[in-house]
Amino acid sequence: MEMTGLFFYLVSVLIAGGIYAILCLALNIQWGMGGLFNAGIAGFFAVGAYSSAIVTAAATHKHLGGFELPIPFGLAAAAIVAGLTGWAVARICVRLKSDYLAMASIGIAEILRLVIVNEDWLTNGSLGISGIPRPFGDWITGRSSDIAYLIVVWSIVLLVYVIAQRLHESPWGRILRAIRDNEHSARATGKDVERFRQHTFIIGAAIMGVGGALSAHYFKFLSPSATEPLLVTFLVWVMLMAGGSGNNRGAILGAVTIWFIWSATEIFANRLPPEWITRSSYIRMLLVGLLLQFVLQRFRSGLLPEKSPKLDFDRDKTP
Amino acid sequence: MNNLLSVSGLTAGYGGAPVIHDICLDFVEHQIAVIIGPNGAGKSTLLKTIFSLTEKSDGTVNFKGGDISTLKTSQLVPLGISAVPQSRNIFPTLTIEENLDIGTYAAPPEDKAAVRNKVLNLFPDLADKLDQPAGELSGGQRQMVAMGRALMSEPSLLLLDEPTAGLSPAYLEKIFDLLLDIRNNGVTIIMVEQNAKQALRIADQGHVLVNGRCFVSNSGAALLADEEVRRLFLGGVAA
Amino acid sequence: MSEVVFFINLYLVPGLTIGAVYALGAVGISMIFGILRFAHFAHGDLMTIGGYGVLTAVWFIPLHPLLLLPFGIALAVGAALTVDKFFYRPLRQLPTIYTVISSFGVALIFRSVAQLFWSSGNQVFIPGIRPPLVLFDTFRIATLHAQVIVLTIVIAIALHLFLSRSQMGRSMRAVSDEPELAAIAGLDTDKVVRWTWIIGASLAATAGVFAGMDTSMHPNLGWNLLLPMFAAAILGGIGKPMGAMAGGLIIGLAEELATYPWIGTDPFISPSYKSAVAFLFMVGLLLFRPQGLFKGRLL
Repeated sequence: MEMTGLFFYLVSVLIAGGIYAILCLALNIQWGMGGLFNAGIAGFFAVGAYSSAIVTAAATHKHLGGFELPIPFGLAAAAIVAGLTGWAVARICVRLKSDYLAMASIGIAEILRLVIVNEDWLTNGSLGISGIPRPFGDWITGRSSDIAYLIVVWSIVLLVYVIAQRLHESPWGRILRAIRDNEHSARATGKDVERFRQHTFIIGAAIMGVGGALSAHYFKFLSPSATEPLLVTFLVWVMLMAGGSGNNRGAILGAVTIWFIWSATEIFANRLPPEWITRSSYIRMLLVGLLLQFVLQRFRSGLLPEKSPKLDFDRDKTP
Repeated sequence: MNNLLSVSGLTAGYGGAPVIHDICLDFVEHQIAVIIGPNGAGKSTLLKTIFSLTEKSDGTVNFKGGDISTLKTSQLVPLGISAVPQSRNIFPTLTIEENLDIGTYAAPPEDKAAVRNKVLNLFPDLADKLDQPAGELSGGQRQMVAMGRALMSEPSLLLLDEPTAGLSPAYLEKIFDLLLDIRNNGVTIIMVEQNAKQALRIADQGHVLVNGRCFVSNSGAALLADEEVRRLFLGGVAA
Repeated sequence: MSEVVFFINLYLVPGLTIGAVYALGAVGISMIFGILRFAHFAHGDLMTIGGYGVLTAVWFIPLHPLLLLPFGIALAVGAALTVDKFFYRPLRQLPTIYTVISSFGVALIFRSVAQLFWSSGNQVFIPGIRPPLVLFDTFRIATLHAQVIVLTIVIAIALHLFLSRSQMGRSMRAVSDEPELAAIAGLDTDKVVRWTWIIGASLAATAGVFAGMDTSMHPNLGWNLLLPMFAAAILGGIGKPMGAMAGGLIIGLAEELATYPWIGTDPFISPSYKSAVAFLFMVGLLLFRPQGLFKGRLL
């Protein structure tokens, strides 16, 4: 009994870890390859989650939806809507210094949160959307559906990894890294820097949307609190930094490692006396904040540093 | 004739790659010294090295008899060295008055008002524009603001990196005249110049740098008369 | 007539009040962006820390919270100088985006510290309801709003004098203009950076107390104000502290006025979308005039 409990706990950790790995791969495309700072990951995540939920959920009079389309359509809708949102953000600020992109991406995440909370007809507001289907939900029920979902999630991780790796090795990826490392010389060779950046941001945003959709189908229920803005965004950043930005395998490893540490501290925290349990979540946030500082200062290349073509990114100070 | 500044065996550059090698030069007090040479000879690097803005790998810099080669830039201004870089040498959103005032912060003069008057006498063009942002000025006037700022700390040594770059011929003459005035006020000047011929005419000493090494040094007049120097560095035309 | 009074009492004065909060926060963001060249994402949470500093002082000293501002300022300045020394400074040789990421983490650190020490609930500075000031029998203005507006005007004047007249103020503007030339001119850049934090954090703490007194203190107080403050800093022009002040007031007013029933009887924009106004400002600026109204620098 103890062992099966532990096994299914592990499965749930790995499902969430897989979803984080997808977000982390997406951020790696934007930041690791393109050098674009996205501080609004939670926003794209939420857009994807709600898009897929609305497209696939059972009919209800409470909010828009009832299309009951198959889940792959939901994932596609998530990617398209999140990608369009990314396109809007990218259009506005990819030509400016990355700080402005950071501000605007936080802004879009905030606006999306407002829409989700306020537009009841669309999202059912703070009550949330229920009855979101899980893949193979008609045939597999109970705990074994977790295992099925684990396989689905990690198949998508693999798919995203293959896509990201292809992008990384393609001429497109090479130009992107050239832009990241020396924008001026890339521009001088006649590359349309803005367009490359826009594409990067859109692809990353679309994948983040898929990550959000997978989370909605996992929990089968979606409410605004599921997209706690800072925590999602923040954890993904820590994961990518720790794993090694610029390296797709590093992104996955970082996501799983940090998620395991995060989950392990949760187990530990739950054994604390009751008056400390609420506080322990703040202590965990504090520690993650400190972990990021440590990684930034001493461990910048991460667990799996960026590999060939060899680039000395750290010394490349923007003028 | 006292040497105000002597460099010996100076080797320096950026990021571990030396640009100038084994430079040995003496700069005499109250004189104008002009450094000329082809592009990439290390002229600006020499100036920056004296002002501790590069990485020195060898050699010493003696100023008034003390070794300053290990000091930081911010410590050199109080000792009496000022520098004007070639570009971005003014604070564009600050007024002319404020630009000049900044010059006194690192080494406050005893009588600020007197120094200010002296500087404004040198550059009368600036006197009626004191409240104007320096960024609105023409290239020549910007150069004056930059030199004025450098003089506000009453330096004994002024380092100028191509003070006439990009200026019209009329302003060029004006700046060179001003440099003579500044020298006559007791300031030693070391400058890098592209307009080599005109610069050598006002120079007490000229130094030619080639490939980061000293090629020849002589008085300005002697260099202007030197066949080889003329042929190689002054475009071959008779002075 | 009553329409005008209604407008002033319920829209103009509250708009100026929230605008003052944005203005004080945006000054620091603009100065840090100008001098250290990065968008400081922990600035809102610095406000929170300052607010809690005063809240704690109120528990022990029976004085009006505004008189206890120095405690909040001291705490915020200490926090800012500490994170600069340990977290931002080691990254200064890298591309500034690393410092942005670091400040993002510092925001989380500040917030979790606030939750840990001061609980995550809402807390008020002074319990009970205070009667508003009544002027000319018609204008009813909350005492706090009057205090905030007057204090902000005083601070704006003092800041202007400091930046234009004092040696440190001019040095700060010089470093913001041309950092390399400032070093060549022998200015003490480290000292300038220190003063940037001191002033930025002091004003942030003041803004935090104003905001906390206007509603209540909670750990998300500052983070929720970050977006309009960024918008204000961009509107005023990066590196232009007085521009940021104006920008803050404009954004605050725009947010309040957007909810005025300009057409018909319903609010022009639903109050729940107030913060979208700031975002729209920001988007419009980034698209059409990224250097801001007052020709700030474009980093």
